[in-house]
Amino acid sequence: MNSFYSKWLGGKHGAIELAILAAFIFVVMPLWLDIFRLNMVGKYLTYAFAAVGLVMVWGYGGILSLGQGVFFGIGGYCMAMFLKLEASDPVSTAHQTTPGIPDFMDWNQVTHLPLFWEPFHSLTFTLIAVVVAPLVMAYIIGAAMFKRRVGGVYFSIITQAIAAILTILVVGQQGMTGGINGITDLKTLHGWNINSDAAKYALYYVNGALLIGVIMLCKFVLSSKLGRLLLAMRDKEDRVRFSGYDVANFKIFTFCLGAVISAIGGAMFTLQVGFMSPSFVGIVPSIEMVIFAAIGGRMSLVGAVYGTLLVNYGKTVFSESFPSLWLFFMGAMFIVVVMFFPKGLSGLYDTYLKVWLGHLVTKFGKSGLPEKLNPIKTELQNGK
Amino acid sequence: MGNDFALAVEDLTVSFDGFKAVDGLNLYVEKNELRVIIGPNGAGKTTVLDLICGKTKATSGSIKFNGTELTKYPEHKIVQSGVGRKFQTPSIYENLTVLENLEISFPRGRSVFGSLMFMRTQDVTERVLEIAETIFLSEYLNTQSGLLSHGQKQWLEIGMLLIQNPELLMLDEPVAGMSVSEREKTAELLNKISHGRSMIVIEHDMEFVKRIAHKVTVLHQGKLLAEGNMDDVQNNPKVIEVYLGH
Repeated sequence: MNSFYSKWLGGKHGAIELAILAAFIFVVMPLWLDIFRLNMVGKYLTYAFAAVGLVMVWGYGGILSLGQGVFFGIGGYCMAMFLKLEASDPVSTAHQTTPGIPDFMDWNQVTHLPLFWEPFHSLTFTLIAVVVAPLVMAYIIGAAMFKRRVGGVYFSIITQAIAAILTILVVGQQGMTGGINGITDLKTLHGWNINSDAAKYALYYVNGALLIGVIMLCKFVLSSKLGRLLLAMRDKEDRVRFSGYDVANFKIFTFCLGAVISAIGGAMFTLQVGFMSPSFVGIVPSIEMVIFAAIGGRMSLVGAVYGTLLVNYGKTVFSESFPSLWLFFMGAMFIVVVMFFPKGLSGLYDTYLKVWLGHLVTKFGKSGLPEKLNPIKTELQNGK
Repeated sequence: MGNDFALAVEDLTVSFDGFKAVDGLNLYVEKNELRVIIGPNGAGKTTVLDLICGKTKATSGSIKFNGTELTKYPEHKIVQSGVGRKFQTPSIYENLTVLENLEISFPRGRSVFGSLMFMRTQDVTERVLEIAETIFLSEYLNTQSGLLSHGQKQWLEIGMLLIQNPELLMLDEPVAGMSVSEREKTAELLNKISHGRSMIVIEHDMEFVKRIAHKVTVLHQGKLLAEGNMDDVQNNPKVIEVYLGH
């Protein structure tokens, strides 16, 4: 129990942060917002997956990936392919030239379901693909680059290029991918109507639980020796290498982890929003994800979620009133945060709220939370 | 050649755009020997260490460690086969505590999943405490290592190597920037830890070299100039001319 507490929750302060986030997602938002707005928050929370992934990859791993949209897209498209096949049963597509295939294929004179679509008839395969496909992609990119010691700006540029290439590929292969419109008109998941209000509520909660779960997984990784190695690598990469570690493998692992997290967000996006398109894959969304993480604080897993929500809230409010000014405003916000609050929102929290909340919890939860022990001291007392 | 050598470097050459930083070098270090390499600036001392630990790839020649060819190995394999190397400027993880620095260097859980599952077990703690005592840092286990003095940082890096128990330990200017008393303690430390392993030390301070060296190698322009015990080397006219005489 104690080790669960310190490893998966991150000690007292980590537990407080998670509890606040959980209360915010599971209680405050659903009570405050109607289902239309709540579904929108759910959509933003799927972007938060990508931002949390970036905290690991960029914040802790020191690798700035400008291609997280790629993985978000892979997850989203895997889920969309499954839902689209379910929506394209022969009865409801009877009016098509070739019934039983997705409508956009029919419009593009495709007469057979492409081979790579076939396995997406299976939900099990789809769920596995949501995790494995981005993992393989990230492994290939990571191994190709990190084993050759490509890093820094070069890595960022290459990931950005991959985002651009994938967008062009998806848009160009309209008959197989739905092109620029993406995959739309998704209706049911195993016969369950995902557009009903009840389903939207359910998916919102599933999404929130997954997000909290992912953050806890990341906390576990960071509390292990691997977490300290990431910090050590950012500080003195050569020292780590000459202490017998294959540095590239640790970077590949972190990059793959970020990719899978991002893809889970993508799959949840498709489920909650009901479509997937190339506009969530390319360079612009990938950079937006970096901005979410930066504004939340790139060393804070929980902060990334708030950063994502804040920026998207701003985007909704401002783009409704001043659509053409929004991008400039977001750019300005990014610059201001980087210049004046390099630790983002989490930096503000650490400075003004953390200690106070810690005292509050200790005061009112006397029996409650065990302090994170300083292990070596206890062991010393036991040992000598 | 006998098989007693821990390290056998033969015909080692590395050239950077035609400039030969190390040129046809032969160097044999015996088991349990403490070898000091001296030489004027630019003689190729640090480059030799870089070549042995794999930081720089040799243009030609061979480096055999206990009979295994190292030149084709990646860096982490060289370390895992028992070669430790300390850098010239203290190279420690400034954001971590002394304890964490030593723990990260503990030779277990070096793979990705190994490091995820790594636990601070009794043997790790004991070893960390033992090493911390050897390097005079018992009091500083929970100090962030960036706050240590320069000399303490040097010791910490030596400790980070020591915890891996390497058969060959290479130290690049371990007393640079140290006070007189710190030098004293470091000399003691080196004499103590040289038991049961081979060491190569690069150093400029002749008094210090006298105190620790079993044998001295003098490099000049990437080539071997002289080799032998300290007295022989100091009285060698060639050495006096290029180095000691100045």
